[in-house]
Amino acid sequence: MPSWPRNQWYVAAYSAEVTGELMARTICAEPMVFYRTSDGEAVALADRCVHRRFPLSKSHLVDDNVICGYHGFTYDRTGTCLAAPGQKRIPRTARVPAFHLVEQDSLVWVWIGEQERADESTIPRAPWLDSPEYTTVRGLEPLKARYGLLVDNLMDLSHETYLHGGYIGTPEVAETPITTEVDDEAQVIYVSRHMDDAACPPFYATSTGIEGRITRWQDIEYHPPCLYLLHSRVAPVGTPDPTEDGRDEPAFHVEVVYAITPETEHSTHDFWMVARDFALEDQGVSDFLAESNRTVVLQDVEALDVLEVVVEGEKDHYQELSINIDTGGLAARRIIARQLTQGEAVTA
Amino acid sequence: MTADVDLTPARMLRGEHVFRVVSKLNTDILVGYCWCGESHESEDPITLWTWLLEHPDGHSSGSGGGPPTAGRPQVLEPA
Repeated sequence: MPSWPRNQWYVAAYSAEVTGELMARTICAEPMVFYRTSDGEAVALADRCVHRRFPLSKSHLVDDNVICGYHGFTYDRTGTCLAAPGQKRIPRTARVPAFHLVEQDSLVWVWIGEQERADESTIPRAPWLDSPEYTTVRGLEPLKARYGLLVDNLMDLSHETYLHGGYIGTPEVAETPITTEVDDEAQVIYVSRHMDDAACPPFYATSTGIEGRITRWQDIEYHPPCLYLLHSRVAPVGTPDPTEDGRDEPAFHVEVVYAITPETEHSTHDFWMVARDFALEDQGVSDFLAESNRTVVLQDVEALDVLEVVVEGEKDHYQELSINIDTGGLAARRIIARQLTQGEAVTA
Repeated sequence: MTADVDLTPARMLRGEHVFRVVSKLNTDILVGYCWCGESHESEDPITLWTWLLEHPDGHSSGSGGGPPTAGRPQVLEPA
């Protein structure tokens, strides 16, 4: 039984990554090959020829079909074998699995589990990522750690003060209590940390031009298992709160999005995106936010890679300590545990 | 509801059955609210989640009072 929930949607790629070239990526221990057909459809197939398991990603894409680079078995976008070498009869079992794939909000989602159960309406949204009202920078870092460690990391932002000082961390983050909400039915966790009077870290001071102290709101909206949204609002101290109808022009908004996708039991795809509603055309701001956020992500990667070695080597049933800052992370673990059980129940 | 509980920020999730955990002002005490309006205090988040999860046994499925909220909608669309 895998440590991630099955029968769930996971982000496998950015839409821009899927092109007319074959691309290999392992998602939830499933080796996949991705490509885009000439009519624009993104395709995800199992990355193994049914014949002798040669990776289709190391094969050839001809007229939207994949021709195995070893013996020439030919598959269409549905994984159906169209041709086998040296004979006219195509064996009945000559088919590679195709994964249900949806492109939404500039993300490529794949369904991990029983393909007939895929329900596109359950994919969580991140509309900022391809909105003309926002400018987005993004990246993807390989993490040599289990995905649960990244969930823990992102659900408790008090670590910003210690791990990311000089970038996004200031003393107020760790000092400010959080409010946690959980909707079990919708399977969403919301963690709010609103700082009324905080130092402005370089990440926001340089990108917004704010000088002096700020009101800083961090609102995490996590849709387990994969999509993590951080609604970040910064404004000079004294700026009015948003109006009842949601208008908030005086403030700066940054939507930080992570897709937390297991690769294997001990590695994770760390997709990160930063969307902003200011300085939309300013390439300098884009470059700064991309470089800064990548630095922050790599600080997490370095820490979590170390932690993975520690966790993997520890005795069974190591007793952790959880405190108030972990309230949201504990809620996330609980929902993921329930999704694990539900996902397996469907499979059984 | 007591005045020494910080209710800010306003409730964000609009579901019918939302658990909410807030900090008691100037203390290390957490206050957990079930969606029915019942509350419980603890200094340990695991203890508090255990209480919240076990508490609904015997609830009717109707909507409860819940903690006071300012009614701000869940942020799902661009501001």
